Amino acid sequence: MNAFMKKLKGGVGGLAMPLVALGVLLLFNLIRCVVTGSWSFYEITIATDEKGSILSGSLISIIYSASALAILAMGMTLVTAACGGQDISVGAVGAIAGAFFVIMMHPQHEVQMSTLTSVAWPNVILGVLVAIVAAVVFSLFNGMLVACFKIQPMIATLILFSCGRSIAYYFLNNHLGVGSIKLDDPIIFAMGKVIPGVPIPTPIFVVILMGLLIWLIFKRTNLRLYTQAVGINQKAAQLNGINPVAVKLLSFVVLGVCVAVSSVVQASTLGTMATINQMDGWEMDAILAVAIGGNALGGGKFRLGGSILGAYTIATLTKTLYSMGVTSESIQAYKAIVIIAIMAAGSPVVRGWFVTVNNKIRTLTKSARMKEVD
Amino acid sequence: MTAIQPDLRKKKRFERLTDAQLLTIISGVIFALMFAIAVLSIEELKRPGITFTTVLNSSCYLIILACALTVVMVGGGINISVGGVICLTCMACAKFLNESGIEDPTLLLWATFALAIGIGAVFGAFQGALISYLEIQPFIITLAGMFLARGLAMILSGGGNIKVDDANAFTKWMGDAEIKIQALGYQREKIRGGKVVAVFDVPAVLKWASIIAIVVVIVIYLVMRYTKFGRNIYAIGGNAQSATMLGVNVKLTRFNSYLLSGALSGLAGFVFMMLNGAKGSSGTGLRTEMDAIASSIIGGTLLSGGVGNVIGSFFGTMILGTLQSIIGFSGLQEAYWQQMASGVMLGIFVVMQSIILSVRGKGKMSLPKWLHLSKKKSGGAPDPSVI
Repeated sequence: MNAFMKKLKGGVGGLAMPLVALGVLLLFNLIRCVVTGSWSFYEITIATDEKGSILSGSLISIIYSASALAILAMGMTLVTAACGGQDISVGAVGAIAGAFFVIMMHPQHEVQMSTLTSVAWPNVILGVLVAIVAAVVFSLFNGMLVACFKIQPMIATLILFSCGRSIAYYFLNNHLGVGSIKLDDPIIFAMGKVIPGVPIPTPIFVVILMGLLIWLIFKRTNLRLYTQAVGINQKAAQLNGINPVAVKLLSFVVLGVCVAVSSVVQASTLGTMATINQMDGWEMDAILAVAIGGNALGGGKFRLGGSILGAYTIATLTKTLYSMGVTSESIQAYKAIVIIAIMAAGSPVVRGWFVTVNNKIRTLTKSARMKEVD
Repeated sequence: MTAIQPDLRKKKRFERLTDAQLLTIISGVIFALMFAIAVLSIEELKRPGITFTTVLNSSCYLIILACALTVVMVGGGINISVGGVICLTCMACAKFLNESGIEDPTLLLWATFALAIGIGAVFGAFQGALISYLEIQPFIITLAGMFLARGLAMILSGGGNIKVDDANAFTKWMGDAEIKIQALGYQREKIRGGKVVAVFDVPAVLKWASIIAIVVVIVIYLVMRYTKFGRNIYAIGGNAQSATMLGVNVKLTRFNSYLLSGALSGLAGFVFMMLNGAKGSSGTGLRTEMDAIASSIIGGTLLSGGVGNVIGSFFGTMILGTLQSIIGFSGLQEAYWQQMASGVMLGIFVVMQSIILSVRGKGKMSLPKWLHLSKKKSGGAPDPSVI
């Protein structure tokens, strides 16, 4: 138990912050369920329709809807840890990856196509691979600016933030004559929503797969150690023989892969790929997930699990607000207040207060505790 | 003494320029170049006076936003809530104009002005307190602040837009708020049948909004350079720990910089209403925070803090505005060319700044081995991090 508690507190607040945030939200929902008498939030049912039966319920829907964001948060954590800054172009690069995904699935040049149907298997696989390659290329552009030209990550990625969607629109428009396209095909449906016969939505499997992949990479290679070293003190890492440029570029490569997978999952789930809206504003949500996950935004030690939990916390927050009947125009304001509250509670000053209070309590009860020992 | 310190009097003038001054001068030069290109190569823009005033009029609120951001960025922080504050200010002022019942136009004007700056200042103070006294990352707090501002604007408007009645005295007054300068304009002749029939004076129109923007730039420049507060901001941006040891109240200065930044964003919202009419809409100010950051960066402000100049931010905003005019009039119809051009321009600037700074600092560039450049010798240039 002690080792577990140590692990919980280790790192930058460890996993304490996202777990506490998630715990508070779930507790709040529990109280609401008890008060209103309806357990609809915590119900997990099996909904059956002609395509088969799937698990459904608020909890499942939260995990399902946060899948793409969780994958994105994984990549963002790595880049934040290695480079000490944030990549705000992930939405735009996601749009580019989505555009290439769609283009590759319909290789013939066509004008004014509005819906993509009847795609062949090899084209889908090709589409995913090309999307990954495209995202990695653009992420490497960002990586080159950050690692070789030593530009601040937020500034370097501001470039693609401004013109990435235009690039995506240019490619999609050139090939298919449209800026947005509907995806209506059984294979894509299986990728984004549910494989017929399997009760759990597919994106949840994708998250588990990506998580396992990255966990394997961390277990078999030194990437975690090198990334943290470069993030904490680049000069010291360099003097120890680590190549900071290579580590930073590698983190951007991983981010590129995560962005592409996230974009493909998002497009498949939504059923539409629009370059204007694809992953619009997701860079901010991803950075929020990283911050809620207890990671330092200035680089250094990181906990991937924290970021994933952060992504689920954001989704839980949104779901809770919706189920409380908050109107969609007020949602942003409430979300902002809760995020400020979470960050304030996790801030070093407030944590210092807790430590002081804790110490005071221990001192006050010391005599009582010592009497018990006797 | 002379054995240890190089004799600065003998150094060339170029090497005594600080980094900040050099970057500002570069941005000014690039602006002059771009302006010359615009005037000389595009037919509709060939009258420099009118082009200059048009670009200035259309980007005056961005100038104020860039000043707001420069103040905060020089202190080492960042404020991405400025666009949201503009939206909230416009919405609140529109609602106030609709429901206040004040008839006297002058009183209404000053009341709206005070409301705009007040809302911005309160927002800035709230964020400043969280960032400075609770030591939370500025990026997250101002990001949440942006969501909060837009959310509050939505709540105020009940989800839609607020339109101010056109008969309102304020709107009428705003419509006439401009100065016509004939000296910068030109005269157009109406020719009928080969003879000059009439001569029209086409003056350059300078809106009061632009005058406000220029006044703000001058005031903030003076504040940053000649007041204790301004000097303190540079100090905490350069090295917060050294500043503490020198007796600067770092927390109070940081709080004040966010307060000032918030007030300026409120003012920018007011100026935005002067330009576009008094109405509140949910899409107001979307993405303007990134434009403002880009303008500051182009103008020579470093994100890491301690280096920056509002004059540079002014030039940065004008560069982006001129670029938009060039693209708009040069026949590239697609909307996405403008964004791409802004992005490319920012990219060129950022890379160029990084190259210049590293060449000045060490005399050679720290590029990977496969990209060799000839080594330059610099005989002991002064420390580039000194203002």
